[in-house]
Amino acid sequence: MSTDTEASTAGHTGAGPAFIELDRLEKVFDVRRRKGFLRGERRQVRAVDGISFRVERGEMVGYIGPNGAGKSTTIKMLTGILTPSGGSLRVAGIDPSRERTRLAHRIGVVFGQRTTLWWDLPLRDSYRLMHRMYRVPDARFRANLDRCVELLDLGELLDVPVRQLSLGQRMRGDIAAALLHDPEVLYLDEPTIGLDVVSKAKVRQFLRDLNAERGTTVLLTTHDLTDIEQLCSRVMVIDHGRLMYDGALAGLHEVGESERTLVVDLERELPPIRLESETSVRTVKVEGPRQWLAFPASASAAPLVARIAAEYPLADLSVREPDIEAVIAKMYARERPGEPVT
Amino acid sequence: MAEAPGTVFVPRSRLVEGVRAYGLIVAMWLRSTMAYRASFLMTAVGNFAATAFDFVAIMLMFAHVDALGGYTLPEIALLYGASGTAFGLADLLMGSMDRLGRRVRDGTLDTLLVRPVPVLAQVAADRFALRRLGRITQGLLVLGYGLVAVDIDWTVVKVVVLPLMLLSGSVIFGSVFVAGGAFQFVAQDASQVQNSFTYGGNTLLQYPPTIFAKDLVRGVTFVVPLAFVNWLPALYVLGRQLPLGLPEWVAFLPPVVAAVCAAAAGLAWRTGLRAYRSTGS
Repeated sequence: MSTDTEASTAGHTGAGPAFIELDRLEKVFDVRRRKGFLRGERRQVRAVDGISFRVERGEMVGYIGPNGAGKSTTIKMLTGILTPSGGSLRVAGIDPSRERTRLAHRIGVVFGQRTTLWWDLPLRDSYRLMHRMYRVPDARFRANLDRCVELLDLGELLDVPVRQLSLGQRMRGDIAAALLHDPEVLYLDEPTIGLDVVSKAKVRQFLRDLNAERGTTVLLTTHDLTDIEQLCSRVMVIDHGRLMYDGALAGLHEVGESERTLVVDLERELPPIRLESETSVRTVKVEGPRQWLAFPASASAAPLVARIAAEYPLADLSVREPDIEAVIAKMYARERPGEPVT
Repeated sequence: MAEAPGTVFVPRSRLVEGVRAYGLIVAMWLRSTMAYRASFLMTAVGNFAATAFDFVAIMLMFAHVDALGGYTLPEIALLYGASGTAFGLADLLMGSMDRLGRRVRDGTLDTLLVRPVPVLAQVAADRFALRRLGRITQGLLVLGYGLVAVDIDWTVVKVVVLPLMLLSGSVIFGSVFVAGGAFQFVAQDASQVQNSFTYGGNTLLQYPPTIFAKDLVRGVTFVVPLAFVNWLPALYVLGRQLPLGLPEWVAFLPPVVAAVCAAAAGLAWRTGLRAYRSTGS
C-alpha cells in the first residue's frame, strides 16, 4: 500500500510545472541596529535577492554557500515558515506561505542545529505524536518506523529521552521523525554538522537509499563538500542572496578554479619545493620542515606525491580538500555570472 | 494538482484542528508525567501548599482586623477563590505561553511552523503541567469556604452568574496569556510583562476594589478588563455596590467581555505570527 510517488523517475521535464519552482524569489529583512538607548538605525538586507530554479521530482540537490548567504532563508520560504517579499514560489503546486499546514503533510524538514523532537521525552513518544498529528494510517506508520529504526540504527535509542542522545543519534532520530508521514520532499539544513565520521556515513547512506528506493526529492544545505560529492548530482551555490552556480559538482570546481592543498612534512627544513614538470603547483606556505602546496582540484594528487617523494626527503603528507568558502570566494572574485543556466 | 497517492488530507476548521492537536500533545505530556507518579504527586501537593499558605497569610491578617476595605474574611475568600480558580484554570491550559519568547530567540519556533497543526495549540500545550491542578484545588476550596460562610441572599440569577463567572474569568485570563505570547513575537523578553498581567492581575483581584486607587480600578475595568473576572460578578452575588458607580447589569457582562477578549487575543496572535513570518527571528 505504500507505493509512493511512482512518478518520481518519469521525466517531468521542460514545459510543465516542476515539483519545486522558484521564480525571482526575494526576501528582504529590515534590520534595526541599536544606536544608543532609543535611537535605532534601519537598514534593508536582501537575504534572498531574486533566485530562480526548478527542481524535478526525485532529484537530490545540494544547496551551498557561505554563512549568511541566504541558504536557510530559502529553506524557510520553501517550507512556509517565512513569507517571501517578492517573486513566486510553488512546491507540489502549493504556495507554501499561504497554505503552510496543507503543505506540511507533504514535506519533511530536518534542522541540523535544532531538533524537531520533544527534548524531554523518549524518541518513541515523539514518534507516536507525529503519527497522530500527521494522521498517518497505522500500518503505514509501523512500516515506516520499522524501516527507519532498522536503517538508522535507532532500536536501542527509542526509549531514551532526546536530551540524552548524542548529536549523531539525535540527528538520526530527527531524520526518522521527518519521514514517518512519507513526505514527497525532504529538506535538510546542515544535516551532518558536528557529526562524527561514522554518523555522517550512516546518514549519507540512508539518504541515498531513500532517494533511490522511494524517489523522495532531497534538498540539502551543507558546509561539507563531501556531502555533495556523495549525494548530489546537482549543486546550487548561493552567495549574497543570489544563485551563483547551478549544475554538477565537477563543473563547480572548474568555474571556481578550486585548488586542493598538499601538506608535506619533510625530514628537515628546506627551501620551498619546486617541481620542474608540475607548473600548476605552487608552494603557498613554508613553516619549518612543513610546506603547503596548492594544486588544481581536478588534477590527481598521486603523480605529484610520487615526484616529491622522489626528489625530497619526505616524512609525511596529507591532502586537504578545497573548502567551499574558498571556491565561492574565487568564483565571486572572478565575475558575477548573468542568469544562471537551469 | 493531484494529491500524491496515500496522502491524507481532509480540510477541517482550524479551531477543530487546534483543539485536536492540543489534546494530542497534552495526552503525550500526561503519559510522560504519569510515568513518574510519585514525583507528580509531590509537585502537585507542593503547588497546592505554596498557594495554600498564600491564603493563610490573609487569614492571619484578619486575626488583627475585622474588615479589609469594608470586606469580611468570608467575602474576601469568595473574591480570592473566584479569581484563584479562574486563573488556575487558565494557567493550567495556557500557562506555557510565556515560553514563546524563548522559542523565538532560540529558533525552535520554526520547528512548530513546519507541522500540519496550528502553532498556537502547539505552544499552549507544550509541557502541559498537571501539577497546576494544585492551584485550582486551593482556589475551589477557598471559594467554597467563602460561599458557605457568607450569608448570601440566593436567587436563581446568582446561581447562574457564579459558574459563568469562573468560566468567563478563565477565558479572560487565557486571552491575556495568548496576547502576552503574541507580544513576545515582537519583544522576546516580554514574558515578565505578561506575568505582571497574569500572576499580578490574579493577586490584585484577590482583594476588594475598595482598597485600590480609582485609576487602577478604572484601568482593570476598561483597559485590561480583569475586573470582569471576579470583582463585578462577585460583588453582585454579594449584593454590594459595583465600583466606579457602574450599574448592576454590568455584572452580567463577563461572558461578553470574555468573548471579546478571546477574539482580540486571537487577532493579536495572528498579527504576531504574521510579523514573525515576515521578519524571522
